[in-house]
Amino acid sequence: MMFSGIFTTNKTIIKNIATVGVLVLLAANLMEMNNLFSFDINTHDLIVTQRYGLFFNCIAYGATFIYLLLSASDITEVGINVAEYFALIFFVLCGVAILSSFNGLLMLFIGVEILSIPLYILTGSDKRNLKSNEASLKYFLMGAFSTGVMLMGIALMYGATGNFGMVHGVGLRGVVTVSQQAPYLLVAGVLLLFASMSFKVSAAPFHFWTPDVYDGAPSVFTSFMSTIVKAAGMLAFIRVFENLYTVLGPTWHIIVDFAIVATLLIGNITAVFQQSVKRMLAYSSIAQAGFMLFALYASNTEIAKEGMLLYAAAYSLATISIFAVLIKLQDYTLDGFNGLAKKEPVLAFAATVSLLSLSGIPLTAGFFAKYYVLAGAMQAGGALWLIIVAVILAAVSVYYYFRVIQAMYFKEGDPQTLPITGGFKVALIAVAAFIVILGIWPSALLSWLYF
Amino acid sequence: MIPVLLLFIPLVAGILGFFIKEQKAASNWAIVASVVTLITAIVGIYAMPASMHQFEATWLPSIGANFSVALDGMSKMLVLLTAISMPLIFIATRNNNYSNPGVFYALMLLAQSGLIGVFISMDALLFYFFWELALIPVYFLSSIWGGEKRIAVTFKFFIYTFLGSLLMLVGILYVYMHTKDHSFAWSSFTNTDLLSGQETLPFFLFFIAFAIKMPIFPLHTWQPDAYEQAPTATTMVLSGVMVKMGLFAVIRWVLPLFPVATSTFAMPIVILSVVGMIYASLIAIKQDDIKRLIAYSSIAHIGLMAAAIFAGGTLGLQGVQVQMFNHGINVIGLWILANAIESTLGTRKLSELGGLATKAPTMAILFVVLAFANIALPLTNAFIGEFLLFNGLFQYNIWVAAAAGVSIILGAIYTLQMVQKVLFGEVSDVTANAAEINCYSKWVLIVIVIAVIALGVYPQPLIDLTKDSVNALLVIK
Repeated sequence: MMFSGIFTTNKTIIKNIATVGVLVLLAANLMEMNNLFSFDINTHDLIVTQRYGLFFNCIAYGATFIYLLLSASDITEVGINVAEYFALIFFVLCGVAILSSFNGLLMLFIGVEILSIPLYILTGSDKRNLKSNEASLKYFLMGAFSTGVMLMGIALMYGATGNFGMVHGVGLRGVVTVSQQAPYLLVAGVLLLFASMSFKVSAAPFHFWTPDVYDGAPSVFTSFMSTIVKAAGMLAFIRVFENLYTVLGPTWHIIVDFAIVATLLIGNITAVFQQSVKRMLAYSSIAQAGFMLFALYASNTEIAKEGMLLYAAAYSLATISIFAVLIKLQDYTLDGFNGLAKKEPVLAFAATVSLLSLSGIPLTAGFFAKYYVLAGAMQAGGALWLIIVAVILAAVSVYYYFRVIQAMYFKEGDPQTLPITGGFKVALIAVAAFIVILGIWPSALLSWLYF
Repeated sequence: MIPVLLLFIPLVAGILGFFIKEQKAASNWAIVASVVTLITAIVGIYAMPASMHQFEATWLPSIGANFSVALDGMSKMLVLLTAISMPLIFIATRNNNYSNPGVFYALMLLAQSGLIGVFISMDALLFYFFWELALIPVYFLSSIWGGEKRIAVTFKFFIYTFLGSLLMLVGILYVYMHTKDHSFAWSSFTNTDLLSGQETLPFFLFFIAFAIKMPIFPLHTWQPDAYEQAPTATTMVLSGVMVKMGLFAVIRWVLPLFPVATSTFAMPIVILSVVGMIYASLIAIKQDDIKRLIAYSSIAHIGLMAAAIFAGGTLGLQGVQVQMFNHGINVIGLWILANAIESTLGTRKLSELGGLATKAPTMAILFVVLAFANIALPLTNAFIGEFLLFNGLFQYNIWVAAAAGVSIILGAIYTLQMVQKVLFGEVSDVTANAAEINCYSKWVLIVIVIAVIALGVYPQPLIDLTKDSVNALLVIK
C-alpha cells in the first residue's frame, strides 16, 4: 500500500487500491473463520485466533470497507501524502487484528502500540491546520505516557506471576492462577493496566484527551478513530479483564461502576452543551464507550459478548455514516445543519437514521446493541441502580442527538456542502438500510458468530 | 392472521404514501387505506373464527422474543377504535391544506400502524418496539406541521415519553430475568413468581412510563402544550387513541404482572388521579384557547379512568373498557370541531368567538351534543362509562368518589362555558362572516353523534366485546 505511492500519484488509483485491499483482508478473514484456507504461522502461542476474535476482525474490516467507500475521496483531500494515509490505516488494522487475538500481555502491548502510533500521525496529517498539529502532539504525549503506565503495569504483573499470562491455546486465562506469591504487585499491575486501557478507550476519568484530539484531527480520521479504533480498544479491554477481575475481588465492581457512571455522566452532560457537531460527536463517543463498558461488567456471559459485537457494529456503522455526512458540510456547528433536509434529503435521511441508532431508538441497530449490553449487565446480577442511571443518561443523549435532526428538518437555512456524488448517496442509503435491518433482525449478524 | 393484516395495511400504505405529492391524491389515499383497515378490522373481529385472531412467528429465538400478536376483547375494542378513528380523522380534515401532503398522511398512517401494534402485541420486547414506533411519526408530524412553539414543545414531549419508555425497558428486563423459561411472551411474564418485595421496583418502572403517557398528575406537564402545538389531525390521534395506549398498557402489563404491588399502591395512585382530575378541571375553566381546554378536559377524563383501574372491581374495570372507546370518539368529535373553527375562522380563542349558532346552526347542534357527551349527560355514551367508573370508585372509597364527583360539576362548568362563548352570545368580528361547517366535517360529526347517542342508549355490544378481558383480569386479581 505504501509503495503504491511511489508508482502513481493518481489519487483515484490509490484510493481504489486501498478499497480492494480491505476487501481482500475481509475475504481472507472470512476464509480463516470458516477454516477454508489459512496460513499456518507458528506464533509461539503469542497469538491465538478464536472465532470471537475473528468475528470481531470481520466487523472491523467490514466497517473499514464501508468507511473507505464513504470517505476515501475525502481522505485524498487531506494532504499530499495520499498513499501514506491509506498505508497508515492498514497499519492500524494490523494492530486491530493483533488486539483481537492476542494471548499474552506482551502482545497486548505490541497491538496497542501498533494501533496508536499511526493514529498519532493521522491526527496531525493536516499540516497547515494548527488545531490538527496541537491535537497530534497532545495525543502523542498523552498516549506515550499511558503506554508507559501500561508497561509498568505489565512489568508488575510479570513480576508477580512470572509469565505474561499465556496459556497454550486458551487465551489470557492463566494469569489469575499464579497469584499467590506477590498479590500486591499483581493488584498494582492490574490497576495500572486498567488506567492505561481506560485511556485508550476514553473512559472517564482518563478521557480528557478525546475531545481535543477528535476535534483537531481531520474529520475523516476522527471518523476512523472514534469507531474502529475505539471498538478494538474496547475489545482488548474486555479480553484482558474478563478473567482478571477476580484478582481485585469485590472492589473490582466498585471500580467498574465508577468508571461507567463517570463516563456516561461526563460524556452525556458535556455533549449537551456543545455547539459544534464534531465536538458533540466526540463527547458522544465517550458516552457510547460508557455503554460498551457494560459489556465488561458481565463479560462472562454469552449475551454480553454478543452485545459487545453488536454494539461495535452498530456504533461503527452509525458513526461512520454521520461523520461521512458531517465531512461534506463546510460548517460544523449546529447551525450549519439547518435546512439540510431540503437541500440534500438523502444526506439528511442517512444522518437521521444514524442519529436514531446512536440514541437507541427501536428499529435501529443501536437499540438492540443497548438492549444486549443492558441485558447482559442485568443477567450478571448487576446493580439495578446502575442500569437505571445508564438509561436516564441515554434519555439525555437523545436530547443532543435530536438537536441535529431538528436542525436538519425543522429549521431553515442554506447549508454549504462539498460536491456530492451519486455513488456517495447510494452508499449512504445502503448503510442506513443495513442499520435498520440490524435493528429488526440482529440475528443476521450474530448467527454468523456461531455457525 | 388478522392482527398481522391490520398491522401491515397501514404500514405499507404509509410507506407508499411518502411518494404521493398532490394534496387531494394523498388525502384520498389515506382515506382509502384507513377504510380498508377498518373493513378488515370489522370483518376480522366479527366474522372470522377465533383462530385467526392470533399469530406467532419466531423473531429472536436466542433471547426468547417472538413476533407474537393476538386480539382479545380489550385489544379488539382498541383496534376498532383506531380503525374507526383514522377514516373519521382523514375525512374530517380533508379540507386542511398541508405542505408535503404525502409525507403528512404517510406519517399518520405509520402512526396508526404503530398504535395497532401496541394494542396487539403479546410479547414484551415487541410491545416496547411498537410503543416507541408509535412515537416517532408523531414527533415528526408535530415538529413539521405544528404551531409556533412546536419544536421545543414536541422535543419536550418526546424526551419525556422516551425517558419513561427507557425506564419501562429496564422493568421489562428485570421481569425477563425472572421468567421461568427466559422468554418475553406475555404468558411467561404473567407466570413469573415475583415476591412482593421484588414487585415494587418493576411496578414503578412500568407505571412511570404509562403515567407519563396517560398522563397522570404530576407527570402531565407535556400534554397541554403538545396537544396545542400539534396539528389538529395529529392531536386527534394523540388524544383519541394514544392516551388509551397508557391505560391499555396498565391493564395489560401492570395489573397481571404485579398484583401485589398494584393493590399496595392503589390508594396513592387513585388519589393522584383524582387530584389530577380536579386540578385539570379547574385549569380548564380558565382557558381561553379551545385546544388547551379540550386538552385539560382530556386529562380529567383519563384521570377518572386511571383511578377506576386501580380501584378495581368488575364494574370499574368494565367501565374503563367502555369509556376508553367512548372517550376516544367523543374527544375526536370535539377536536374536529376545534379544527373546523380554527381553519375557517383562524382563531382558537374563546374571547374572540361568539354567536356561531346563528351563523352555523348544524355545527351548533353537533357541538352541543358533543359537549353534553363531554359532561357525560345521560343519553350519551360517556354517561354509561362514567356511571360504571363511579360505581367502581364508590365501592373502593366513598370520599375518593365524592372528590371525583366534584370534577363532573367542574366539567360541566368549563364545557358549557365553552359552548356559551363559542356558540351563543353576541356575534363577534371574527364570526361575522362565518359559514356553515364544511360538509366533510359535518358528516363525520353526524356519524359520531349518532354513535354517541346509540351507545348511550344501548352500550351492550361494547360490553360484550370486552367482557372476556375484564373477566380475565378479575381472575388474576
